[in-house]
Amino acid sequence: MCAKKVDAIVIGAGWAGSILAKELTEAGLSVVMLERGDERATAVEGDYPSSIDELRGAIRHRLFQNLSQSTVTIRTTLDQEALPYRRLAAFLPGEGVGGAGLHWSGVHFRAAPDDLALRTNVIARYGKNFIPEGMNLQDYGVTYEELEPFFDKAEKVFGTSGEPYTINGKIVGNGNRFAPDRSDAFPLPAMGEVYSASLFRSAASNVGYHPYALPAANASAQYTNPYGVQMGPCNFCGYCSGYDCYMYSKASPNVNILPALRQDPKFTLITKAHVLKVNLDADKKKATGVSYLDLRTKKQVELDADLVIISAFQFHNVHLMLLSGIGQPYDPKQNTGTVGRNFVYQTITTSRAWLPPKQYTNLFVGAGGAGVAIDDFNSMNFDHGPLGFVGGSPVWVNQAGVKPIAAAVGGPGGKAPTWGEGYKDAMVDTYRHSLTIDAHGSNMAYRDVYLDLDPTYSNAYGQPLLRMTFNWKDNDIRMNQYVVGKIEPIIKAMGATRYSLGMLKDGEVFDTRRYQTTHLGGGAIMGTDPKTSCINRYLQSWDVSNVFVIGASAFPQGMGYNPTGMVAALAYWAAYHIRTTYLKNPGPMVQA
Amino acid sequence: MKIPPSTRRNFTAGLLGSTSFWMYGGHKVWADALQSESALAYTPQYFNHEEWQFINAACARIFPADAHGPDGALLGAPEFIDRQMDTPYGHGKLWYMSGPFRTGAPNLGYQLPLPPRDLYRQAIAAANTYVRDHHQGKIFAQLAAPDQIAVLKAFEQGKMMLGDVPAHAFFEQLRQNTLEGVFSDPLYGGNKGLAGWTLLGFPGARADFMDWVNQKGAPYPFGPVSMSGETA
Repeated sequence: MCAKKVDAIVIGAGWAGSILAKELTEAGLSVVMLERGDERATAVEGDYPSSIDELRGAIRHRLFQNLSQSTVTIRTTLDQEALPYRRLAAFLPGEGVGGAGLHWSGVHFRAAPDDLALRTNVIARYGKNFIPEGMNLQDYGVTYEELEPFFDKAEKVFGTSGEPYTINGKIVGNGNRFAPDRSDAFPLPAMGEVYSASLFRSAASNVGYHPYALPAANASAQYTNPYGVQMGPCNFCGYCSGYDCYMYSKASPNVNILPALRQDPKFTLITKAHVLKVNLDADKKKATGVSYLDLRTKKQVELDADLVIISAFQFHNVHLMLLSGIGQPYDPKQNTGTVGRNFVYQTITTSRAWLPPKQYTNLFVGAGGAGVAIDDFNSMNFDHGPLGFVGGSPVWVNQAGVKPIAAAVGGPGGKAPTWGEGYKDAMVDTYRHSLTIDAHGSNMAYRDVYLDLDPTYSNAYGQPLLRMTFNWKDNDIRMNQYVVGKIEPIIKAMGATRYSLGMLKDGEVFDTRRYQTTHLGGGAIMGTDPKTSCINRYLQSWDVSNVFVIGASAFPQGMGYNPTGMVAALAYWAAYHIRTTYLKNPGPMVQA
Repeated sequence: MKIPPSTRRNFTAGLLGSTSFWMYGGHKVWADALQSESALAYTPQYFNHEEWQFINAACARIFPADAHGPDGALLGAPEFIDRQMDTPYGHGKLWYMSGPFRTGAPNLGYQLPLPPRDLYRQAIAAANTYVRDHHQGKIFAQLAAPDQIAVLKAFEQGKMMLGDVPAHAFFEQLRQNTLEGVFSDPLYGGNKGLAGWTLLGFPGARADFMDWVNQKGAPYPFGPVSMSGETA
């Protein structure tokens, strides 16, 4: 790097960062993208067959964050001492070029319109008293109609496969009847259905629900996206989640955006560049650039810019804001400040059904985004009035390809032994003849669930770790239990010989040792009020107007859907307003 | 990767490749077949003799021999674990290992200052001390199989400590690593003859099911292949 000053710095080379970098270079800006991990290219990490090595991949976490350098601490209550998350388990952030967008599965949703104004909708339908004490229920400050062009754009960039229900108000297909109206079809037709998904489709339909094909950023056919980059047709190899797709079929920043971006002379990608902080001017109203550690030379580098985009993984965004002094840290006792507020997760539980021995589910066949789902109990699609909780869950069979180590370590399920006598019998039955159904639910925000800096533990660079204070709450536990109860009739209609329902238990405490999901959200949320949000509806910091914070960190609630589609749409939405409004007249786009 | 003499290998591979063999073959036949090319051929690089005996016995109890096939020791899980000890994983380089190390609620996860290789060293020594105290001076590997199972169950379910290591944490480490050995690519020393994958019906590195997306309940017809091209 010769230049000490560029137009824009983009922190993190995942989906959000890659989208912003692409849009800003298109606008004529010089952009430096800083990524603390390694360079990753599908030709290398996706090289078959080493790309599909389960031990090196999903088990030893080849593409995930190396916790030895930096992690988080976790506690479940305000009075507990937080301890470090020493081994990856409950959630799996990415690291390196592509970020979590390289190792994700590919389920690619648009947000449910009702979820974007959840507070307003809940109050309108059930009254203000319906919201439990201590729940920070909020609106995004942006509507589905405003975001629709950007959902559409993201799908075209990702090469998303799916079946629409309505386009411009007309019913055109057998897609999700709860899905919002679209301006255009999916770029590719829906993925094929594995046996377990087709069983779920007919069983769900038989009991009166409304099954649809999951929208998948796994290419159902050969595809060339608007940036001119190509995807190959998915072959259901089953190595999506945790892997770099060797078929160039699963959308990733590495396949779908970076090949175009890397050609642009205005774009520079620097890997092994760990951003220590965003530098601010004396009154903390403007960012002047960033300080980063060059992990190769171990030297600190100062880089100036007019515009700083914080677009790392959800909690890294919040961590960086706290380390940089952008905005006021949230204090749950005083209920002041915003950075770290509304930290959310998702309530995901898995149920299993066993089929008769003549029916083989071939669990290793799969695609990360493919499957069949129902939305009958998601979002505001059902009457919460008599139920007394906020939120919901889509339910689905998403056979993403079950690999043997994960299956064997996870055990046969039900009451079967996890080792020793009887283990193999049960494992064979489970692996050959069972299928799983997930309730992939929302998680609301609460006053005593938040992110701040840990007082004790630090990362390899001497900075305090981020501290998570998180626990399950009664509202979300009851929501999960209700929706899982709706799975039971589907399983019975499938002709299962036996089944095991997975659900959160009353009073269940968050367990960091068991994988649940990497769909963390919030902590730097968007909104319309600077007292209760970090960033405005254009994802611009209320406090430092030349900083934009892009990612699932902007979500006020954890939605039932997978977050990537919403992250990508918000990234294109923010980029559009930066290009059309901010760059012409830099400064706050919404007056606080 | 050690390549055993081809005749022996072909015999074993051919035998393991037949589904009916796995389903109906007698215990003695396949045990002999695998014995000829596994366990004994490998010299541990990390574990000492007593540790190695412990690991072999434990792998055989965690993944036992039965009508489905041989035990975890015969499938090379001990070799797998020994070889893992000298990887970044074994050295704890994938984990956050900065202090202070404090004990906390179990749901907050692993909080010991021990990487896997140190955990095994400390816990196996303490486990054998425990066994000597309860079984007339014998070590774990010298116990009859039912007694070994009882000891492992005590570790899995009890609250006892093995040195600084809670016995259940040691057991879970052992269980996970044994199953990793049985079900990972044979490149890493376990899953001999692809027997782990054959058991489950997992086709290994085939990773292309374009023509097999939905078999309408029929089993996938092909056996496994390893990353190096070994078939079964």
